[in-house]
Amino acid sequence: MRRFEYTSPQTADDAVRMLSSEGAAALAGGTDILSLMKDGAAAYSRLVNLKGIRGLGGIRNTDAGMEIGATAKLGDLLEHHGLVTMFPAVAEAAMGVGSRQVLSMRTVGGDLCARPRCWYFRAGFGLVPMHDGESMAKQGDNRYHAIFGNSGAAVFVNPSSLAPPLIALGASATIHGADGPRTIALEDLYRTPASSDESEFTLGFGEIVTHVTIPPPSSQNATYEVRNRKGMDWPLATASVAVSDGAARVVLGHVAPTPWMSAAAGEALAGGLTDASAAAAGDAAVADARALSGNGYKIQLTRVAVKRAALAARGG
Amino acid sequence: MPEYIWPQAADRRLIGSRVSRLDGPVKATGRARYAYDTNRRGMLWAIMVQSPHAHARITAIDTSEAEATPGVVAVHIIQDVGTEIQWAHDEIVAVAATSEEAARDGAAAVKIDYEVLPHFVTERNLQAAPDAQPAQAETTGDPATAIASAAARSSGTYHAAQIAHCSLESHGQVTEWQDDETLTVWASTQAISGVASQLGEAVGIPASNVHVETQYMGGGFGSKFSADRWGVVGSELARVTGRPIKLMLDRNQEVSVAGARPSTHVEVEAGADGDGNVVAWNSRGWGSGGPAGAGSPPIPYVFEFENQTHAHTSVPTNTGPARAWRAPNHPQACFVTMRALEDLAHEAGMDPLDLFLKNIEKTGARSSTYAEELEKAAALIGWRDRWHPRGEQTGTVRSGLGLALHTWGGRGHRSNCEVLAYRDGLVEARIGSQDLGTGTRTVIAIVLADTFGLALDEVKVTMGRSVLPVSGASGGSTTVGGVSGATRRAALNAVEAVLERIAPRLGTEATNLLLKDGQLHFVDASHPAMSWKQAASLIGVNPVSAMGANPGPGQLTDSGVGGVQMADVSVDMETGVVSINKLVAVQDCGLIIDMKTAESQVYGALIMGVTYALTEERVFDPLTGRMLNADMEFYKLAGIADVGEMVVHMMTGPGYDERGVIGLGEPPVIAPGAAIANAATNAAGVPINEMPMTPERVLAAIEAGGMA
Repeated sequence: MRRFEYTSPQTADDAVRMLSSEGAAALAGGTDILSLMKDGAAAYSRLVNLKGIRGLGGIRNTDAGMEIGATAKLGDLLEHHGLVTMFPAVAEAAMGVGSRQVLSMRTVGGDLCARPRCWYFRAGFGLVPMHDGESMAKQGDNRYHAIFGNSGAAVFVNPSSLAPPLIALGASATIHGADGPRTIALEDLYRTPASSDESEFTLGFGEIVTHVTIPPPSSQNATYEVRNRKGMDWPLATASVAVSDGAARVVLGHVAPTPWMSAAAGEALAGGLTDASAAAAGDAAVADARALSGNGYKIQLTRVAVKRAALAARGG
Repeated sequence: MPEYIWPQAADRRLIGSRVSRLDGPVKATGRARYAYDTNRRGMLWAIMVQSPHAHARITAIDTSEAEATPGVVAVHIIQDVGTEIQWAHDEIVAVAATSEEAARDGAAAVKIDYEVLPHFVTERNLQAAPDAQPAQAETTGDPATAIASAAARSSGTYHAAQIAHCSLESHGQVTEWQDDETLTVWASTQAISGVASQLGEAVGIPASNVHVETQYMGGGFGSKFSADRWGVVGSELARVTGRPIKLMLDRNQEVSVAGARPSTHVEVEAGADGDGNVVAWNSRGWGSGGPAGAGSPPIPYVFEFENQTHAHTSVPTNTGPARAWRAPNHPQACFVTMRALEDLAHEAGMDPLDLFLKNIEKTGARSSTYAEELEKAAALIGWRDRWHPRGEQTGTVRSGLGLALHTWGGRGHRSNCEVLAYRDGLVEARIGSQDLGTGTRTVIAIVLADTFGLALDEVKVTMGRSVLPVSGASGGSTTVGGVSGATRRAALNAVEAVLERIAPRLGTEATNLLLKDGQLHFVDASHPAMSWKQAASLIGVNPVSAMGANPGPGQLTDSGVGGVQMADVSVDMETGVVSINKLVAVQDCGLIIDMKTAESQVYGALIMGVTYALTEERVFDPLTGRMLNADMEFYKLAGIADVGEMVVHMMTGPGYDERGVIGLGEPPVIAPGAAIANAATNAAGVPINEMPMTPERVLAAIEAGGMA
């Protein structure tokens, strides 16, 4: 076993200080980082436990909207009546995790910052694995890989359950660093790396996500996931739709290296949620999708996910 | 000599009733100790270094850093320089250390150089296979002419992917030398006696000096008959270090090297005459289950047609080798045959149930059983009211029905049992069998208790140790017949021996005594009946001992079962997601000893069937040759939400019970894939010809069939 330090700070400032060290990583529910370490896909010299930081958990209503702490558990979301009622898109995404054990341990921050499930990455070939100068996944078996944003070498898919609905709802992320807090649009947390040396997050050295804030309620929102298994299984494609004041946001999950905002699908829904606009949004969402050698079916799944999310947001 | 028969229905108290498995509580509470749970004083952990390459030659091995790793006690080279490795994850070096973590560190420090050789791991396209063995055809009649003149013809190519056993308890064992000549092994095995012999030979001691113990076992499905390389390595490491060694595979190894079911890919043409009689079958197929390729599945399955031919090509691949997978070759053969007959029924404009009934005589000896089971299953699923022609439904989510037949032998294996009756009233069966979780322990107890007329808590089963009377390996559905035959004979012999022992002490003849319902009766009514406890007290300090064997005198077991399964599924035409609404399994297996554990076997088989039908397959990387999903994340086993409603009906009573006990482990796992695929085809209106039926494949079928 590789030895590592374990530390459990009480404040976000201390956490940032302790994370500002080469090889340090944040630990919350442990549902991802421990398997990364055990599988040898990542090695850390220090784990900084965030669960002891007061104020990092919980769900609160504030002037800015509903604030969800980074160490709130996914299961906490499902027990929050206001959240489940106002933001079914988020609740449905949490439900989709499909495992009581994971719901009880995985944190919101951990979900938003989860590393990809790409089987080349998990086998230790790196986040952007290369073979003879070309993407390994593009040459190999890419049935679960990206159909958007895949023109470069990175073709893994972002695994977050919550990011698509939260981004669709216009959520912001508050990030704590050495210079204090800063707030960004949640979608700006993600980036597509060009190589395994780069991160898929925009977080700076030592920075942590402390909470996300969903602005006052959009009237209609929903998430639809397509999975092979009905129980615990990674989605093959998901879509979250949120409509507010005639403007619609559509965000796709598990189809690109980042949560994937589909402006075209949003425009198709701008005139209202109808059978026709839902179908048009599905078509628009995949108009610029590009299949790899083995994942063409995900285009159809994405089309359907968008259509069904839109219809669910309308109320069936 | 006793009469070796099963009690008549009226005299069975426990046999055929619903008895909960005796070891359920210890398993549910975690007290049952599996091989993986075994820990010994001073024990070391061993970890095996695996090849990262699917095909390579070892050119150098440097273990010096591993040996210097803190905690490492011994390093053992399994395959030395010069060896040609034929599959990724193959074991090269084993490291034993004072903790699992230290052993992993040591394994990571082993340096192995390879000359990487070309590999081949994806055999779906036969033309791409470099070393395909020439096809061997078996032909009856003149299939080509018969197909050409058939009134209805179907054709299709059917694919079933390679799958793994993925036992919940991985393979492995704890090995401990008692002295230079005596080895104790706590193994996760289906064959305690066989493992003792194999390990004795491998380490150079008499088999009688190897004591194998398996009280509880976490799944084998045909993959745990052998002592295996890791058994030998563990024994050698234990000898070298003088300490017990725990060597259990991790999940990655379990899924990648510890057993596979070969893939099957078959092109079929079939033909029927104007009355729906199937007159011709013409098929050729290929498959692989590793470097040895794959055996030929029995195609066409269950049915024999007047004109038929099947040619099989075995394709070697650089993948972890095949092992017997529950009903070897039958699920694949069933899938191909039943799918093709469903297609033929469609072309003939017939309800497949009618086509199967029309041709039922072609199933041979079991045809009347199949006819009964088809009617029973049809009633349970509502076939006659609910079946619709293929693709008749409209809408996004469409439902359909499908059916399949299967067969298996299941004759009881060789087994020996000793029954002891003690003067405190306890009756014990000693038998060198193993309970894989199938209910073997419970079945032995039921047979013993019913033969003595006692309650279950008055008998004891001692099993799972190789020093006990030899019983066969638990595989091929042979165990229940073997152990119940041996136990029944031993118990009948023991009853007779008890009566002979105590008769003189009661001043009578053994023939005047009868043991029934927990009491000793005097046939001539000269004395009132006495309790078994009182009677047993006359046995004396030495218990009565009697042996029984299977096979043996009397018709206690038989071979050959049928079985019918029907599926009701829904297909989401937009996503390709297949959902199970209901599965019906109608199964015969002769005389049933424990109805509850028998039904449990069938439920488990249906779940396993849903898994291989819908979600599980070994995915190999064309680039590296490695298995990409050697885990339980993307090696997808069905969960409880996936299996739908399951209805199990066991055929019992006249016509079944008098056959004696027949095995049940394999038969019910054969047909689920075929029945589900037929139902999906019926629902979607297009042939769905590939397992697992993932959204990807179902969507492709819908598109190819013009239904998108």
